[in-house]
Parts: sequence; C-alpha cells; structure tokens
Amino acid sequence: MAKRSIIPFGPQHPVLPEPVHLDLVLEDEVVVEAIPSIGFVHRGLEKLVEKKDFKQYVYIAERICGICSCGHGMGYCEAVENVMGIEVPRRAAYLRTIWIEMSRLHSHLLWLGLLADAMGFESLFMESWRLREKILDMFDLTTGGRIIFSVMCVGGVSKDMDSGMLKAIKDTVDDMEKDFRPIMETFLKDYSVCARLKGLGVLTRDRAMLLGAVGPMLRASGENYDARKLGYEAYNDLDIQPVTAYDGDCYARCEVRLKEILQSFLLIREAIDKVPEGDISVPVKGNPSGEFFARIEQPRGEAIYYVKGSGTKFLDRFRLRTPTTSNIPPMVELLKGCQLADVPLIILTIDPCISCTER
Amino acid sequence: MGVMSKSPWLLHYDASSCNGCDIEVLDCLTPKYDVERFGIINTGDPFQADILLITGGVNSQTEPVVKQLYSQMPDPKVVVAVGICACTGGVFKECYNIKGGIDTVIPVDVYVPGCAARPESIIDGVIQALNILDEKRAALKSKAREK
Repeated sequence: MAKRSIIPFGPQHPVLPEPVHLDLVLEDEVVVEAIPSIGFVHRGLEKLVEKKDFKQYVYIAERICGICSCGHGMGYCEAVENVMGIEVPRRAAYLRTIWIEMSRLHSHLLWLGLLADAMGFESLFMESWRLREKILDMFDLTTGGRIIFSVMCVGGVSKDMDSGMLKAIKDTVDDMEKDFRPIMETFLKDYSVCARLKGLGVLTRDRAMLLGAVGPMLRASGENYDARKLGYEAYNDLDIQPVTAYDGDCYARCEVRLKEILQSFLLIREAIDKVPEGDISVPVKGNPSGEFFARIEQPRGEAIYYVKGSGTKFLDRFRLRTPTTSNIPPMVELLKGCQLADVPLIILTIDPCISCTER
Repeated sequence: MGVMSKSPWLLHYDASSCNGCDIEVLDCLTPKYDVERFGIINTGDPFQADILLITGGVNSQTEPVVKQLYSQMPDPKVVVAVGICACTGGVFKECYNIKGGIDTVIPVDVYVPGCAARPESIIDGVIQALNILDEKRAALKSKAREK
C-alpha cells in the first residue's frame, strides 16, 4: 500500500498571493483529500454594519476586497436602494455599468497574469499586467483612485464622467484590444500552455451544478448562465450573451475568462455610446426598512447581497455570499486525485478571492 | 549604499488585508514600476528575506504567523507596514476580530499610508527601509567588533 502523508499548504506560500491553508493528504504523489481551513483574513465586516450609518457602510463594503471593490459597493447599494424603493437615474446606472465592466477587465487580466506566473511563463505574466495598467490609469483618470475608488453611493454615483473621459476610455479600450489579441493567441494556442492546462481538473456540467459552482467556473463546464442576464443597472439595454466552454478543465476556464475580456470591451463601447444625459444621483431620504436579496455578476461569479433594516440609520444585518465561497466545494473535489504539482494551478483556476470569502 | 541595500530581498505577507495593497505590492514588480531595477527581488522564503512587507491589520489567526515569519528572518531585518490597515487598523479598527496595526505584534520601521497604498509610495517606503537596513547592519558589525 502506498504511504500516506499530510502536507500543509499555506498560509504563507510562494504561489499564493493570499493566505489560505490546505491540508493535503497524499498517497505518494497523488492527492486523496484536501481539507481547507480558512479564517486568516477574517475581519468581521458584516458585524460593522450595526455600527456604521448605512450610507457610510458603502465605503466598508468597497473594502471587503480590493479586486472586486467596485462590484461590492454596487451590490450593497443596489440592495439598499431596493429596500428603500429608490430608482437610480439612468446615467448613474450606465456609469456604474462602465466601471464594473472595467473592473472585470482588470480582475481577469490580473488572473491571467497570476496563471501565467503559476506556469512559470514570466513574460506572459508581465505582458498581462502591463496591459492591466492601462485600465488602472483610466480608473485614476475618472475617479482618482487606482484600485479602491469609492464612486458608488446609495442613490447613484458620486462622480460624473465628462465626454473627454468617456472618449479616453473608449480609446484605451480600442488600444487595449489590439494589444490583447496576441496575448489571447498565446494563452489559447501556445504549445506549453496547452500542454499544462488541457485535461487538468475536469469538472463536468452535472457536478458543477450539483456542487454549486458559479461564474466562469460554471460557464466553463457548459452551463449557459450569467447573472448579468437579470438586467440590473444598464444590462437590460445591452446585448449580452454568456460566454461558455464545454470541456470543464483548466484550459476551458482560461478560455472563458479570455473571451469575457473581449465581451467586456464590446460592452464598454456599447455603454459609452448609449450613455444618456441627466443627473448622477437622487437624494436619499429616510431610513431603510425591510429586506432584500440583490444578485450581481462579479468577475469571479455571482455574488448575493442581503440587507435587512428596521427603520433606523443602522442596518440590522448585511450578508454577502461571495463567488469564491460557492467555488470552494468544486475546488476540493477537483483536488482529489490530482498530482501534488498540479495543486497550485487547480486552486488558481477557480480564481480564489480569499478576502471576499472571509470578510 | 551598503552591500545589502543594493540587492534586498522582499518577503510579502497579507495579514488580513482586503487585497488592495497586495495587488499594488505585486504591481511594483511589473513593467510600469519594475522594482527589480533597484535589485529588489520578491521571495517567498523568510530565511532569505531582508525586508518584510506586511499589508492589513493583525487578527488572532495571523498573529502567530506574523511573529513566526519575523523570527525566521535573519538579522538585520526591516519591517514595512503597507497601507493604513497595517499602520493603525484603518477602517477595520472597530471590527471585533482586528487587533490593530502591525506594531501591536512586531516592531515596525517604516509606515506607508494610503488606502490602497499607491505603488509609488510603496517603493518610497522600501527605499527608506534600505537606509535603515544599512544602519542596522553597521550597528550589528560594530557590536561584533566590540566582542
């Protein structure tokens, strides 16, 4: 019988940008069980909603995670607005959509870089992150922040974009698309990338549905589901088709994210063309009373925001179910039976965001 | 500049940050900022690191990890707290699980403010840390000579 050994993986580990800990039970080189333990980034943010004014809490919601910052702010605002019956002006809805799609670009390019780095493909890593800087420059131009920019507020957005900014974003997107095509080509066609990713960590459609995978992880297994189809913000005016792939392996997950970047380029262009004139926010009066679930599609998958208020300026409860939380059970299943050397790549292809998960 | 400050090795640890400062730390390594031109290399091994970059406030789970990483690093060593959470606890100060800044657990030499700290200020903080590293090295040397 093969010898069993347990290898502790993390929390401080060269391949992990974030602290997560896994106990890997090995039989020789093969993983038989992976036991995740989390809590290294737990701060207790949901509890803070009882101490902060519901309008101030937007700033905390945006600091749940630095990568999905814009989306968390938007999801929280949307939930509160629904409780209070506020309709956001169309211009604000469009601006939110433009920022969230730009966040998706930045998040996916970041992930592509990390994937290339995990494969030891250093130049591709640098190239992806070089491209990502252009989007960060646009955030800097339009909001004044590079990563966390706090433009969402209950009732709309706090900063407007003038026509010069919109044009600058459009030009940047055109410019980026030219640079992005060769990177995409490398990820999809390069011999060593394909050899490393194809057939690794296969998640079938049935298992993905059963284990509750979300986002690119679910779409890479062939399920045609995207929460943007719900039509929140300006998505009901935009033409959106979920990007899917069918193999369910690491390569398919990479392919879905690459194609979503192209889709985001199109959506940003379309939204900029359609953005209407008007106010960017409506005044908010009174306090929220009631409860609501808001669902939005974050770069990593569907996130659910629950708020409950009882008529005071402090909410009773805020709850967030993040995409990574849903993607951990499929990840643990994928790790069973894989080689020890494949563990970092499989963990990375679910695009884990630990600070969202643990809050 | 002394011998060590020409090629310092960085160790980065996320104590309980929101990722914002972490991706800015990683950003410093990529083409736009490229700290490798100063000879700075990001390492994952505490036994070979000179500068410890910590982001985020300390919580009960990360406290022993931070202490362990600090004790594993060879002398002389410098600690840089990146971002307002690592300096004081920041917006998370009132959370039940946050102890406060990194200086509640280990001594900090350089504080880099910002939420998220911009790459320029992180690089500035590291360059300041290099001078402190040289001073510490000189102090260690003279101490050894006295013996």
